[in-house]
Amino acid sequence: MKLNGSEILIECLKREGVKTIFALPGGVVLKIFDMLYQQKDLQVILTRHEQGAGHMAEGYAKATGKAGVCLVTSGPGMTNVITALADAYMDSVPLVCFSGQVPTSLIGNDAFQEADNIGLSRPCTKYNFLVKDVNDLAMTIKEAFYIATTGRPGPVLVDIPKDVSMATTEFVYPNSVSIRGYNPTYDGNKWQIKQAAEAIMKAKKPILYVGGGVVFSGASAELIELAELTQIPVDMTLMGLGAFPGEHQLSLGMLGMHGTYQANMAMHYSDLVIAIGARFDDRVTGKVSEFCPHAKVIHVDIDPTSIRKNIHVDIPIVGDCKTVLRELNQILRASVNGEQKELRKPWWKQIREWEAAHPLSYQQDVDGPIKPQYVVKRLYELTKDRDPIVATDVGQHQMWAAQYFKLAKPNRWLTSGGLGTMGFGFPAAMGAQAAFPGRLVLCIAGDGSIQMNMQEMATAVVSKLPVKIIILNNRFHGMVRQWQDLFYQGRYASSDLENTPDFVKLAEAYGAVGLRANKVGDLDAVLKEAIAVNGPVVVDVPTYRFENVYPMIPAGGCNHEMILEDPPELKDKQAGAKKVTPDGNDTVLTA
Amino acid sequence: MEHIISVTVENKFGVLSRVAGLFSGRGFNIESLSVAPTLDPSMSQMTIVTSGDDRIIEQIVKHLNKLIDVIKVVDLNESEFVSRETALIKVHTKAEDRAEALRIADIFRANVIDSTPATYTIEVTGDPRKIEAIINLLQPLGIKELTRTGRVAVAREPIRASAVQPKKVARE
Repeated sequence: MKLNGSEILIECLKREGVKTIFALPGGVVLKIFDMLYQQKDLQVILTRHEQGAGHMAEGYAKATGKAGVCLVTSGPGMTNVITALADAYMDSVPLVCFSGQVPTSLIGNDAFQEADNIGLSRPCTKYNFLVKDVNDLAMTIKEAFYIATTGRPGPVLVDIPKDVSMATTEFVYPNSVSIRGYNPTYDGNKWQIKQAAEAIMKAKKPILYVGGGVVFSGASAELIELAELTQIPVDMTLMGLGAFPGEHQLSLGMLGMHGTYQANMAMHYSDLVIAIGARFDDRVTGKVSEFCPHAKVIHVDIDPTSIRKNIHVDIPIVGDCKTVLRELNQILRASVNGEQKELRKPWWKQIREWEAAHPLSYQQDVDGPIKPQYVVKRLYELTKDRDPIVATDVGQHQMWAAQYFKLAKPNRWLTSGGLGTMGFGFPAAMGAQAAFPGRLVLCIAGDGSIQMNMQEMATAVVSKLPVKIIILNNRFHGMVRQWQDLFYQGRYASSDLENTPDFVKLAEAYGAVGLRANKVGDLDAVLKEAIAVNGPVVVDVPTYRFENVYPMIPAGGCNHEMILEDPPELKDKQAGAKKVTPDGNDTVLTA
Repeated sequence: MEHIISVTVENKFGVLSRVAGLFSGRGFNIESLSVAPTLDPSMSQMTIVTSGDDRIIEQIVKHLNKLIDVIKVVDLNESEFVSRETALIKVHTKAEDRAEALRIADIFRANVIDSTPATYTIEVTGDPRKIEAIINLLQPLGIKELTRTGRVAVAREPIRASAVQPKKVARE
């Protein structure tokens, strides 16, 4: 079968099981778009910016567990998608990005819309390919999907020059792929797993510290079994949320800079940290030299470079979380008995004391300004039965979402963890919605973040992606403002947005629905109305401007030394800003 | 501590920049790097001289292994190895210095590979200390240009293995 390069690309995508691609055309990819136009099997979602295309592909990948696919043009198309590639690389999201390139004869000539796509993407992709010969195209695409989805997943770029997309060749789809320099380890070392099991049996104060690796390897069931079998408390990283049910009695919630008190205290005082698919990020470890000073560390990760990168590990296990946990559970099932439960009673007593001492809390006055935490909590309570997918941007709202939206299952949480990309949430939510048209997809955003990819509202309307955006609107870059309040004596350098657009009108301008909740009393009704709309909705919720995220471990601080509330001087300062109506009838709601 | 790492890579475009980018992106040191094709023309051999504590070297080895174009990584410091470097040194030679330059070259078993009325180009091979030593001696004469290959290294065969008569390999 003789096909041109563009047809080969489409044929390969179909055989990889791709149903949807996120794309924006341009000069050198016109042939590919022309071929896409003439087929019916692949849905093409036209985005308004290449960064949006990249994040949509990420959202699609995180929600489905399959590789997300985006297609961009050369030059600016490529430079625009870089942020999404870097984001996917940091968060191990399987992504295959196709970029157009000027014809091979012009490469290096500073041609119109030329950029060194390979050079640009090298540090932010797992691998990248420049296809110089149409005969290599099918094999390259096969390898790209293989690399993106196996081992520690990540983004792969395939750069296709214009002449390659037009050249014709005999199409042969490769049946198998083998790359001699790439053989990820899936099975953990048996001896090491046995060591881990023994350490778990002996530990008095163990803690499970689980991350995004558990989500990507689909190891939630195995994790739940392990935790329940051994009665070990579970801390989740930001990326790991949903890997373990948030409402489970063994869950201590998120750990790290804005983690719960009990999660961070349990880490600090544990005698055995069992890290699974997590990478000891600085937002988790705080001050490395005083991180978990009493603990032995077991670390399960498919990426050997994650092990001993920041923290000394006593029992390293390189392997896939699911495979390793299965093996570990098998050993533990045979050996666990009532003894461990008895051994750990004091540990659980201690944890429950921590929990009771400093639960997540905020104060919502009925007639006062709306508190952002309250919005997230109500949203959670109103939607949890519908098993929603939740996307966030980056900042304060993200941390409140992580704290108060307790996900029951994996692949429901779309957030930018490693790179911390503002503007991620909305397109990511759209990507997930494209994968699951019938599901409820929420995007919790800040007024700063949402403006970074607001243009995609046009895509949501045209492509019928009924994402519900809830903007926690404090007219600040709130997290920046929080740090300025705590560490820069309240000098709000470029964090006060002063005025944000009228998001209701903005939504309407795009042809979407815009709603606003001005009072605490309106919130439920507005949220319910938004959820009932069959189409994209923006809910603007003006919130108390000076709310801060707590607990907080200052950067480089120790995990057991959390700031739990606004320091007194800050409280005094903000007392003026707070317009409380002390009419005595206030009901105080707490989390 | 200094480590010599021998890396077998795919012989294709862009591999050198992936390796170099890894070192620069993660803040690892490269003291020298040399690369050339192996017997199998589809592969190249890199010798990287780097330094760092055990934790850093462990990360360097792991990160190199993680690169998809890297086929094999050996930290030569884990066993015995031999290493050599070649330098080409162009020395200014006034008439009265020419004999001295030749004497120095002779001491180091170096060769003069190019000669003009005013210069000698001396080729010397050895371990880095030897190269440093000849450079120091030639410096007073005036070094016009100097180029060094960076080190190449190979693991020593264990003594017992080498005592065994090597199998005859017939190939033509």
